[in-house]
Amino acid sequence: MKKSYKIDVDCANCANKMEEAAQKTAGVKECSVNFMALKMNVEFEEGSDPAAVMKDVLKNCKKVEDDCEIYL
Amino acid sequence: MNKKQKKVLFRIIIAAVLVLILENIPVEGYLRFALYLIPYLVIGYDILKKAVKGILNKQVFDENFLMAVATVGAIALGDYKEGTAVMLFYQIGELFQSYAVGKSRRNISDLMDIRPDYANIDQNGQLTKVDPDEVPVGSIIIVQPGEKIPLDGVITEGTSTLNTSALTGESLPRTAAAGMEVISGCINESGVLHIRTTKEFGESTASKILDMVENASSKKSKSENFISKFARVYTPVVCYSALALAVLPPVVRMLFLGVDPQWGEWVYRALTFLVISCPCALVISIPLSFFAGIGGASREGVLIKGSNYLEVLSQTDVVVFDKTGTLTEGVFEVTGIHHTKEEEAKILEYAALAESYSTHPISKSLQKAYGRVIDQSRVEDVQEISGNGVIAKVDGRTIAAGNAKLMDRIGVEYISCHHVGTIVHIAVDGSYAGHIVISDKIKPTSKEAIAALKKNGIKKNVMLTGDMKNVGEQVAAELSMDEVYSELLPGDKVSKVEELLQQKDEKEKLAFVGDGINDAPVLSRADIGIAMGALGSDAAIEAADVVLMDDDPLKIAKAIKIAKKCMRIVYENIYFAIGIKVACLALGALGIANMWVAIFADVGVMVIAVLNAIRALMVKKL
Repeated sequence: MKKSYKIDVDCANCANKMEEAAQKTAGVKECSVNFMALKMNVEFEEGSDPAAVMKDVLKNCKKVEDDCEIYL
Repeated sequence: MNKKQKKVLFRIIIAAVLVLILENIPVEGYLRFALYLIPYLVIGYDILKKAVKGILNKQVFDENFLMAVATVGAIALGDYKEGTAVMLFYQIGELFQSYAVGKSRRNISDLMDIRPDYANIDQNGQLTKVDPDEVPVGSIIIVQPGEKIPLDGVITEGTSTLNTSALTGESLPRTAAAGMEVISGCINESGVLHIRTTKEFGESTASKILDMVENASSKKSKSENFISKFARVYTPVVCYSALALAVLPPVVRMLFLGVDPQWGEWVYRALTFLVISCPCALVISIPLSFFAGIGGASREGVLIKGSNYLEVLSQTDVVVFDKTGTLTEGVFEVTGIHHTKEEEAKILEYAALAESYSTHPISKSLQKAYGRVIDQSRVEDVQEISGNGVIAKVDGRTIAAGNAKLMDRIGVEYISCHHVGTIVHIAVDGSYAGHIVISDKIKPTSKEAIAALKKNGIKKNVMLTGDMKNVGEQVAAELSMDEVYSELLPGDKVSKVEELLQQKDEKEKLAFVGDGINDAPVLSRADIGIAMGALGSDAAIEAADVVLMDDDPLKIAKAIKIAKKCMRIVYENIYFAIGIKVACLALGALGIANMWVAIFADVGVMVIAVLNAIRALMVKKL
């Protein structure tokens, strides 16, 4: 399943960091962050619960860049 | 400016004022240190926090870390003012960059503002606004003047003019009347329209285009990947070099030369080195250039699905065209009336009337060229001779309209035509009255488009067509194509493109341009697939990498020019930023460049690179 989320982040490098962090989160198959459109596109692993996974994604992103936000 | 940016600006002003005041207060020692700590913390607390966080998360080497080490180091050496100034200018640079990015982001989203907010539905005689997402297929929606058409559909009532400029970049409005198909994203300019929807919101043109543009930069180009890899290697290398610069020379001086180690001097040089090396200019300006390039292109009605395609497009050397619908209109039209002794209009009228009972495409194009309502009562004794043509009485005169066989049959001597297309010979009362040429018309801008491509360094223009050899060759000659292959079946087009792909150099790229109908496999086989006239064609939007919203082949050259400009800016920024940095790094290591030069090499270079990147948005006059 694929979903798209609106995000808020300050710089392109921070967006890259978020992408990396989200990619490493369990349950995320593929993730791409579009800094310019301020969007995060996430493809979830089969059988995972997007809501729960996104909570972890947000936590992991906050870890690498505390100035970021994902609007769930 | 948003709230965050205002806050940073406020901090910058306070810190700057404090530094200016402190400079004029004659205090020494710890008091001076303590006082300078105030502006330093005001301006830099978040950077310090991020640097500490980075270390805790084992992501040590980033620009926050560089800045924190450099400024803390400068302060430790007693250069309070410089340490604070570095932080201050770094924040100014960041603020500027975030403002510039926000501004261009808004610019582009304003231009791509085709997302409809609501749809009007008639409920018991009252107009109600509903979410376009909730409108089922087949509903009647009402669009008032000035509103966006929210969903694709067919007009059932009303006439108006539509502004399609957000979709196509074309400023001329289109007329719309009952029975016509309309697509979402157009703005209704004059009349009230009732539209029966044919698609759900998610499947409508506006959503598809928005989806594509918004996801464009998720496909990253080689240059972007290069920069993120570069930053990953570069920052640690710089940090270790700075450490070496701070430690090795003093140690060597002390142990081997037996002179004063000058620790302070070398640490200062190492810190300067760190400030200079901050990779922000690259990390920010490269994605921004691509973003601006894609945004500028979409404003011109050229949708590019990713920055990787922008890169490939700029390297294109061979362009392969499908003929019908791409270089030609794809509709058959009367293109000439020759050798007639009577008025051309009269001949056309006779032909159209004589053929008026036929449903053949040829007769349709005759009727279209005639342009007036056919009064069938003027036509009698219609005789259709299958495979030959028609003989009929029009206004009492015997008209024979058909091919050469028909002329032979009725014993009329005819003049063969050297033009390519379908020829309709006309005989009036048994004597030859000339012929009408019906052919697929070349688009008015095709010739100019091919010339423009040549001028922009395209080495080879190739045309593929399923049409007859003579038709293909004539069109190719008229457009001065370099190569033409005719009588190809759809499958042959794929193998032809594969052949062409093998012929060319590895580095040269091949673009295929089609209208998206029947050529999806070829579009995906080419290095880059360009679909044109995609307004309303889902297949084209799916299969192509670059989508031209209108039918104008000139846009191909435009797309290539936009891509080239964008890539030029990307490379300018890469060379400029790395060049200045390397030069300053060398000067810093030698002790010639001080902290102020370092600040320019960091913030100044970034500001210039960002301004340069924004240039990619300006593509109107290309």
